Amino acid sequence: MILVKHNRGMEKRVRFKSWWLPWLLVAPQMAIVLVFFFWPAAQALYQSVLQQDAFGTSVEFVGLENFERLFHDDSYLASFKTTALFSALVAVSGLSIALLLAVMANRVIRGATVYKTLLIWPYAVAPVVAGVLWLLMFASPYGVVAYALKAMGIQWDHLLNPDHAMALIVMAAVWKQISYNFLFFLAGLQSIPQSLIEASTIDGASPWHRFWTIVFPLLSPTTFFLLVINVVYAFFDTFAIVDAATHGGPGKDTAILVYKVYYDGFKALDMGGSAAQSVILMLIVIALTVIQFRFVEKKVQY
Amino acid sequence: MKLSVKLSVAALSALLLAPVQAQTEIQWWHSMGGALGEWVNDLAKDFNASQKDYKIVPTFKGSYDESMTAAIAAFRAGNAPHILQVFEVGTATMMASKGAIVPVAEVMKKAGVTFDANAYVPAVAGYYTAPNGQMLSFPFNSSTPVFHYNKDAFKAAGLDAEKPPTTWPEVALAAAKLKASGHKCPFTTSWVSWTQLESFSAWHNVLFATKNNGFGGLDTRLAIDTPLHLRHIENLANMAKQGLFVYKGRGNAADATFVSGECAMATGSSALYGNVTRNGKFGYGIGTLPYYPDVAGAPQNTVIGGASLWVMSGKKAEEYKGAALFFAHLSKPEVAAASHQRTGYLPVTKASFEVTDKSGFYKKNPGTDVSVTQMIRKTTDKSRGVRLGNFVQIRTIIDEEFEGVWSGKKSAKEALQTITKRGNEQLERFQKANKG
Repeated sequence: MILVKHNRGMEKRVRFKSWWLPWLLVAPQMAIVLVFFFWPAAQALYQSVLQQDAFGTSVEFVGLENFERLFHDDSYLASFKTTALFSALVAVSGLSIALLLAVMANRVIRGATVYKTLLIWPYAVAPVVAGVLWLLMFASPYGVVAYALKAMGIQWDHLLNPDHAMALIVMAAVWKQISYNFLFFLAGLQSIPQSLIEASTIDGASPWHRFWTIVFPLLSPTTFFLLVINVVYAFFDTFAIVDAATHGGPGKDTAILVYKVYYDGFKALDMGGSAAQSVILMLIVIALTVIQFRFVEKKVQY
Repeated sequence: MKLSVKLSVAALSALLLAPVQAQTEIQWWHSMGGALGEWVNDLAKDFNASQKDYKIVPTFKGSYDESMTAAIAAFRAGNAPHILQVFEVGTATMMASKGAIVPVAEVMKKAGVTFDANAYVPAVAGYYTAPNGQMLSFPFNSSTPVFHYNKDAFKAAGLDAEKPPTTWPEVALAAAKLKASGHKCPFTTSWVSWTQLESFSAWHNVLFATKNNGFGGLDTRLAIDTPLHLRHIENLANMAKQGLFVYKGRGNAADATFVSGECAMATGSSALYGNVTRNGKFGYGIGTLPYYPDVAGAPQNTVIGGASLWVMSGKKAEEYKGAALFFAHLSKPEVAAASHQRTGYLPVTKASFEVTDKSGFYKKNPGTDVSVTQMIRKTTDKSRGVRLGNFVQIRTIIDEEFEGVWSGKKSAKEALQTITKRGNEQLERFQKANKG
């Protein structure tokens, strides 16, 4: 951002004299991407057209059969809806709560570091631990929150009530991601020039008005970046939370796509089916990211 | 420079090879945590101390499915352990993976270790035996579902604490009395499929799946859409509606609610015994699994759970000999009897049961004989056990569909039909994948 500002009106591209230097400079990054993204992705593609037993002693090429089977499975199709709901809830609530906290934290003067440190803390918690923590709080009837809810007349039961189960995994997933979002929002807020805010204050704009007309638009690059990251997070990184908190139940009501990939691959030992699902998941996330860059980014002001 | 490198390589290899030459190490991956983990380590220690040539190295690899996944990954990388503990639902998968395992009977024979398949308890070993009578894996820790109840809660509800309900109508009556006395969770169950469908079927001498529950071939299909199964699930659904049966989650999640005293009655593994006697703060009783008294042939016998030890392929003859000697050690009457008494798992050999019986253990520890008497019976073709491919998925399907029943969203009939349809898809797929 800063680089762009300073170079406004000038050539943005950096020119290198030698042709190999840029390649050399990106080589470490390329190596990481190749080993940790392209290679596993290629493996997933390859495995998705095979059918094999658990130990891989008999491997058979089956073409697109693994995919066909998925699309004949009603529960797999239902899982798309579950995933869409879950991801939307995680991204929207994760972003809005983090933004609120960041705006608040930005105004704190005394003890700001302590406050920020505490908010960033949950990011260090492993997803499965987050799942277990929230499960314990809501475990009926002795969990702290479940007990309090009962006192208020709400019978919490995520084992049999799908809405409760969905709420539980959304809370755990959001709680874990808020720290990350918070960090970026805070950095974004701190880079907004104070002069703009002051100028509008002098013009008599209310804090509410100032936020929506100045702060929020100037934060849009951060918001957009976080939106992409959060959707990817909800799609990929949340299976451990689901596994720890609900096992995808009741029924299949919290069995999001990535949980099914995990379940079929690691519990049911169906490598072909699991690989086919991860290929589909990969395509969805690629498509979503492209859409976000195509349409949402147009509204972003850098 | 070169010389020093050579020397250090020589020294290093001498260091690495020396212990291997003296002792053959046998890797054993297992899933026994906590007190059971100590038991496994003690077994290895005793065997290692009994001779000098072999060393059993037990390694805890997480839950049953985690250690199985770990072993599969290791096998694919050419690093499988020698011995792997696999839970009963993984049995069909292991049997189908012919290139990955060596049958235990073959391991014993090649090593020249005396081995009498008839010494083992039929209801236990039969589960791990191929149709041709060859024992495929070593029956290590087997349990069976029993009825656990809280004697203190029984007394508080005015029930006879020494007479647990033996039939399902009696369970419902006891649950109603418990509820009337203010109990919030009169009855619950762990492992819904294992206790309420698989063992339920064997206990009533009806099939859970065709082809003798999968023992007779891979073309087996679920057989639970029957009036008897429907009656039982409807009964449980009614109990759930009245707050007499409280669902506490999948797998063994309900166990903890019984141990804590939250739930007064529970059907679950007989291996829960150790946990309750150590951590339960109430009078603890064990009864036989309930049944419907008007069903002819009931009660028959219950089916086993737990795990067995599989020997992986591609190892040295010397290492197989060590594994064979270890199995022979585990089968010794006094070793097997000590294991049975310590853990609550079923006795592996008939001799170990007799040793335990003669020692007066069952009299001193009332209830510990329940699982044994449920199992040491002549099994029928319908009650030998349930051995299905893709069993992990089928059990999950049963959990998923029944959750709809317990919450009142689905009828029992509808759930049993959907389970049959979805379960059969899994069976068909397993049959197709393993036709060779």
